[in-house]
Amino acid sequence: MEFEPKIVAFVCNWCTYAGADLTGTSRIKYSNDVKIIRFPCTGRIDFMYLLKAFAEGADGIIVSGCHPNDCHYTSGNFHARRRWMVFEGLLNFIGIDSRRIVFSWISAAEGAKWAELVNKTVKSIQELGPYTQYQKVAGTFKKEVTNG
Amino acid sequence: MKLAVYPGCSLNGSAREYYESVSIVLEKLNIEYSEVPDWNCCGATAAHNLNKELSLVLPSRIIAAAENDGNEELLVPCAACFNRLKTVQRNICQNKEVKAKVSSSLDQNISATIQIHNIVEFIRDNILQKKDVEFIKPLHKKVACYYGCLLVRPHSVVEFDRMEDPQIMEQIMVKIGAEPIDWAYKTECCGAGFTISNAEIVAKLSAKILEDAIDRGAEMLIVACPMCHANLDMRRPMIEKILKKEVKIPVLYLTQAIGLALGIDAGKLGLKRHFVPVLNI
Amino acid sequence: MARIGVFICHCGENIGATVDCAKVAELSSRLEGVTYSVDYKYMCSDPGQTLIKKTIKEQNLTGVVVAACSPRMHEPTFRKACSEAGVNPYMVEMANIREHCSWVHDKGEATTQKAVDLVHMMVEKVKNNKPLQSIKVPVKKAALILGGGIAGIQTSLDIANAGHKVILVEREPSIGGHMSQLSETFPTLDCSQCILTPRMVEVAQNPNIELISYAELESLEGFIGNFKAKIRKKARSVDEKACTGCGLCTTKCPSRKIPSEFNENMGYRTAIYVPFPQAVPNKPVIDRENCTYYKIGKCKICEIVCPTKAIRFDQEDEIIEKEVGAIVLATGFNVLGTDFFPEYGYGKYKDVITGLQFERLASASGPTLGDIRRPSDGKIPEKIVFIACAGSRDPAKGIEYCSKICCMYTAKHAMLYKHKVPNGDASIFYMDIRAAGKMYEEFVRRAITEDEVHYIRGRVSRVYEKNGKLIVKGADTLLGGMPVEIEADMVVLATAGVASQGAEALAQKIHVSYDTHKFFTEAHPKLRPVETNTAGIFLAGACHAPKDIPESVSMASGAASKVIGLFSKSEMTREPLIAIVNRSAPPVYSSCAGCFLCISACPYQAIEKEELKDHRGKIMKTVAKVNPGLCQGCGTCVAFCRSNSIDIQGYSNEQVFAEIAALLNNDTV
Repeated sequence: MEFEPKIVAFVCNWCTYAGADLTGTSRIKYSNDVKIIRFPCTGRIDFMYLLKAFAEGADGIIVSGCHPNDCHYTSGNFHARRRWMVFEGLLNFIGIDSRRIVFSWISAAEGAKWAELVNKTVKSIQELGPYTQYQKVAGTFKKEVTNG
Repeated sequence: MKLAVYPGCSLNGSAREYYESVSIVLEKLNIEYSEVPDWNCCGATAAHNLNKELSLVLPSRIIAAAENDGNEELLVPCAACFNRLKTVQRNICQNKEVKAKVSSSLDQNISATIQIHNIVEFIRDNILQKKDVEFIKPLHKKVACYYGCLLVRPHSVVEFDRMEDPQIMEQIMVKIGAEPIDWAYKTECCGAGFTISNAEIVAKLSAKILEDAIDRGAEMLIVACPMCHANLDMRRPMIEKILKKEVKIPVLYLTQAIGLALGIDAGKLGLKRHFVPVLNI
Repeated sequence: MARIGVFICHCGENIGATVDCAKVAELSSRLEGVTYSVDYKYMCSDPGQTLIKKTIKEQNLTGVVVAACSPRMHEPTFRKACSEAGVNPYMVEMANIREHCSWVHDKGEATTQKAVDLVHMMVEKVKNNKPLQSIKVPVKKAALILGGGIAGIQTSLDIANAGHKVILVEREPSIGGHMSQLSETFPTLDCSQCILTPRMVEVAQNPNIELISYAELESLEGFIGNFKAKIRKKARSVDEKACTGCGLCTTKCPSRKIPSEFNENMGYRTAIYVPFPQAVPNKPVIDRENCTYYKIGKCKICEIVCPTKAIRFDQEDEIIEKEVGAIVLATGFNVLGTDFFPEYGYGKYKDVITGLQFERLASASGPTLGDIRRPSDGKIPEKIVFIACAGSRDPAKGIEYCSKICCMYTAKHAMLYKHKVPNGDASIFYMDIRAAGKMYEEFVRRAITEDEVHYIRGRVSRVYEKNGKLIVKGADTLLGGMPVEIEADMVVLATAGVASQGAEALAQKIHVSYDTHKFFTEAHPKLRPVETNTAGIFLAGACHAPKDIPESVSMASGAASKVIGLFSKSEMTREPLIAIVNRSAPPVYSSCAGCFLCISACPYQAIEKEELKDHRGKIMKTVAKVNPGLCQGCGTCVAFCRSNSIDIQGYSNEQVFAEIAALLNNDTV
């Protein structure tokens, strides 16, 4: 059976969450391996949450918000973007595969783009395989449970 | 700072009096310089019209040669060569791909950080600011300063003076005792390269330039470009035909005017080489 | 101990056809903390809501999770319902199992499992929710209007007529702005001053409007509903109460050759002056820089002749403090200087003038009493060339935008000239004709057909003087770029409209965003054009972007309506999903280290510094404090804080951790 990755998406309420709503209203189908956690703004996202997600068993993570210059709160997404630029380098340095995190901008009008992003991410995480390395280091690794 | 001079093709050919005046003025001002070793043609209009790569490599070779010779400043009296060198320098500095391509064609790493000056800028910085320069024979004439196209355009490349109404040549003229007039054609085109392919156009355009200068009382025209000089001086018979009258106003290179004010002999400044006689000097 | 109720909605077939709602309800009931779990066809319907309310009462629920559509749809619905049943509305969350689940996945076990996971996530979140109360912010019902042009005047009148107090601050000695300088307005050719001055008088006489003229904003503190403004009233050197406006001083003043700003330097004024006859207030001001008395201590003629002894040479600036609840920016615009167009010869040739200068020539109360005359020799020009887009739409020289009003006023100028000089020749060099307003296109047509104005499509490359004429060299692009040379007697440049002087400094003073051209930025370009990102500060008129009079008036009324709406209650109610800096008992007081990184992160200046004092009043620590009236709840500060001292209600750290853990650990299947 094809490995079904567990992917968590940290998205902002005003753009990507609304965009994902639009995907639903448009009935565009996509993979069900991605589950959304809602934030007021990507600026709210402390990147330690990403590590927490890995520790809890996530195989992949999506972070998505408003396009630069469109942030509902003016500048939250700029801070998120800067954080990501530094964080990505740090992750690679300490040996966490940053390819497992996808950083994106999806607006409330881009329903199709959300579906596309989900499917693309699921496929790439499938290729990378299950992520147990971080859990093992964090001491949170449990016996593998197959979904079904 | 070590100074190199790039004469280019015209200063050794049709504009040799320009080079003569440049050399002798620099000598008089005790400014040491050397010619760029093994210099090549800058490509002028032909290269950038026909082959992009050639138009980049030819000027880069000159810049590289000047830099390799240990020079920090490069004086380019010909306005067209100046414009080409400045354009390519900017291209190299702002575009990594161009830099790589040029470096590979030249088979050396080029830094392109040398300071490139046109004659007007150079004179302003080495004469206007200097206190010990003596103009023993002030040029008491009404002069029309003609900039032409390439000295001041495009502004983002040449970064020199005001594009639509430049003033630096006039400031230099005042310093040597002349009276620059305010006129409307100082940056209008003389016809440029059409002098070869369609001289009628040059005659028409240059006629307008001279007419305006004369109407406003100019006694001589001051230029800083060999092509402008050729069109306004060498093509005078065609211009006279268009204006249906004799037009005797002489055209001097900026360095010749300065040389005269410094007291240098007219012959040494190449003034006898002009088509239109430079009388009453 | 949490007692959470889970309500799974079928939403008819929308969820029910794809997700096994009964199974989701059943599995959810096994979650720790869930007291009751049920599924129903339509949760948002009346019976659905009644079901929830009943269950709350019967099961003594402390929290509710409704698994249904997107919270962006019905979160307020369910929060209200639960609040009516006695559960704090912020103990209610929604799991999105429709837009994010049933509508985008195929029917099957995996989809049902995802729904279960999403419900689990919200259950865990609710366990960490806290009951929150809406925040109430008091509102002072007084408005401060900065700028007394037509926009400021309109806003002031609207707010005052709604029964609220207005303080109108104007920098110049008189209100009226640029509209008072115009001769006629398009498209009706109404006399500008005739339609403006009644409004100006209305402002002066309205009992709710306090007009502070010849004054500027010195400083601003506070926030929406509670601003404290300091206004510097500059010294007129005239006692406004004693002065009757008789004007005798202005007729006797010996300094008569000062270039008049109101006449755009086309005429002169005296040192003690009233900017124009219909000025409001109609009281003079002494220009101290040019007054003989202030320069060399002599003269004082005005003091001698004044019948009411109103001259006060030693008058000083006065700082006036006002408390207001809202501010409207109506500081208007300026006309671009022409320094970077030396090819047009402005400044070199006296007969090359700007559009605003032409207005003064055309105006009956202007320096030439309404005759169009050349500034150089006073003769009436027989040929005028108008150059449109002299500065606008030009990325090479800095103003890339369109100034909007020039096409119309240039047509107007050409028409006015032709009306006054019927045998004259008027040509306009243009790029496009932008006449999009009501009756605008017809107006331009009239200029062409009735008044025989020549429109030449092309730009002008140079204007120079020859034999007493101005030679205009341009091109006619509709004739293939044919060069056109016109020998004109006068050239009028339609220069760009730019931000008013001092706009940047003002914006920085009051923390309002502005763009690269120093125009103030609106909160949203499409849907919130009269608000700024700073709560309580609104925009009206050309300070936002160049615009004509009807648009300025509309925007002014729009801003006024926002203010009136704000003032309709004595308290503002805000959602409590805001950030809070922790506080604890002494000796810790707060884990906040006082680095104040959060202050620089906040886009709304909602975080302040607070001095924490002990019982003796000694300052123990200065820490961050969030202003509940300003915080918009983005949470950027929370991610910034290095000591985890600030958290946001509704999206707290604990809630997020709970959600993450719940989503990824599902051994209940």
